[in-house]
Amino acid sequence: MVARVPVRQGLFVDADPPLLLGGRCRSCGRPHFARQENCPYCSSAHTEDDAFSGPGRLWAHTAVTAAPPGYQGEVPYGFGVVELPVGLRVVGRLTEADPSRLSIGRLMDLVVVPLHVDDEGRHVVTYAFAPEAI
Amino acid sequence: MEVAGVGLHPFGRHPGTSLPAMGAAAVRAALAEAEVGRGGFQAAFCATAYAGVASGHKVLGALGMTGMPIVDVEAGCASGAAALMLAASAIASGQRDTVLVFGVEKMPKGIIRSSFFDPWQEEAGLAATPAYFALRAQRLMETSGVTKDHLASVVVKNRAQGAGNPDAMFRSAVAAADVLGSRVVCEPLHLWMLCSPNEGAAAVVLRAARRSGVRVDSAVLRSHLPGAVLSESTPLAGLADESVVPPSTLAADAAYEEAGVGPEDLDVVECQDTDAARELLGYEELRLCPPGGSAELLESGATALAGRLPVNPSGGLLSKGEPLGASALGQVVELVRQLRGQGAERQVPGARVALAHTVGRGANAGVVILTR
Ligand SMILES: [Zn+2]
Repeated sequence: MVARVPVRQGLFVDADPPLLLGGRCRSCGRPHFARQENCPYCSSAHTEDDAFSGPGRLWAHTAVTAAPPGYQGEVPYGFGVVELPVGLRVVGRLTEADPSRLSIGRLMDLVVVPLHVDDEGRHVVTYAFAPEAI
Repeated sequence: MEVAGVGLHPFGRHPGTSLPAMGAAAVRAALAEAEVGRGGFQAAFCATAYAGVASGHKVLGALGMTGMPIVDVEAGCASGAAALMLAASAIASGQRDTVLVFGVEKMPKGIIRSSFFDPWQEEAGLAATPAYFALRAQRLMETSGVTKDHLASVVVKNRAQGAGNPDAMFRSAVAAADVLGSRVVCEPLHLWMLCSPNEGAAAVVLRAARRSGVRVDSAVLRSHLPGAVLSESTPLAGLADESVVPPSTLAADAAYEEAGVGPEDLDVVECQDTDAARELLGYEELRLCPPGGSAELLESGATALAGRLPVNPSGGLLSKGEPLGASALGQVVELVRQLRGQGAERQVPGARVALAHTVGRGANAGVVILTR
């Protein structure tokens, strides 16, 4: 089995099903992602760990056809925003690279996908969203 | 206060011209119009996002015009509006009489690498700036009557207007079929619906005294409120909350109030058309139309050069390209010329009240209202 390493530590739990690692404000109660020490909405320093699961609803989607700066993976790839049940709209990759095969409102699973292989032969992985089979 | 002089170095690709040389050309032209010489301004603000340390000093150093405070200002696409806001504040406070504001940029072709994103976001493919524009365009289409044909119409309108602007990078009209035939960068945005990062410079001399006839009635810069996922602040996540007021509306409302005018009083507008959908969103955010009404306003012909409220008579960024530090001041240069009746074949007849709008990463939004 090829070793896997997350693209950033503390961003998600690489399990089945995966979880996004964010936080929640103890003052205003609102969730945030990625994890921050201070609430990005009300400025409170009283925040705590929280974790968010899918599936969510597709809120906006497109596909990236040319590699953006610093990206070594394949193109095209899907890109969009998924609204999670917790009330967060999360930007992320989509496993579907053809926008015509998706539509707003589609149920999307939270998944973990490989990006590329690093210098030590490990798969660098990130969170992404995949359309639920209809 | 007044705009005493404006100057521009054409926007485009100028491989043989250095950044200080472009800046110096624009500054010299603006100072000449204002009849202000060396020592005639008490502060200078230089807008740039990518030029690096002490760019303003390089430009004014090349002209032998240093000694006063020179401050570089970075606020993404709104850098020029930020510099103008600081200059206007210095004059309004009575601390300065005459302030030089200029913007310079020299950017390569293609998607710009931005230190805004974390390295992991680049590695994950999330630093895809046009993709964020595309998602915003799709949401506009989802929440209003805007279609891809409307996006193409914006490009056709602005390129036709830009054909009359000798300072623009693209000076040819295009057909909607060719816009829709250009390659898809990020659905629904095709290549010709996106502005090109490029090179150029613009300069404006602000002065307390009233001689020239073009007044600055407001120069407002506002940043974003937290919570919106697809605002120019480009967060990784936002709340499922439609009530967050965008920074362009915050800036526009403050500018209208300060100037004592409303959107119905405007004669001409230059707005941020980073992509074709961004212009239509601007119609809503600047209150040029009711929410969801941008397609109808465009279809009515009101925002074309011959219409009731021409938007982007210069051709917009879609024709000029976008040298970040210079672009917002380039809008002001265009509007000052319009208000003076120097718009040549793209003149808006009898223009008296003009609005410049810019918004970019940060997020920052700038709105400047000029009158004569
Ligand atoms: Zn809070």
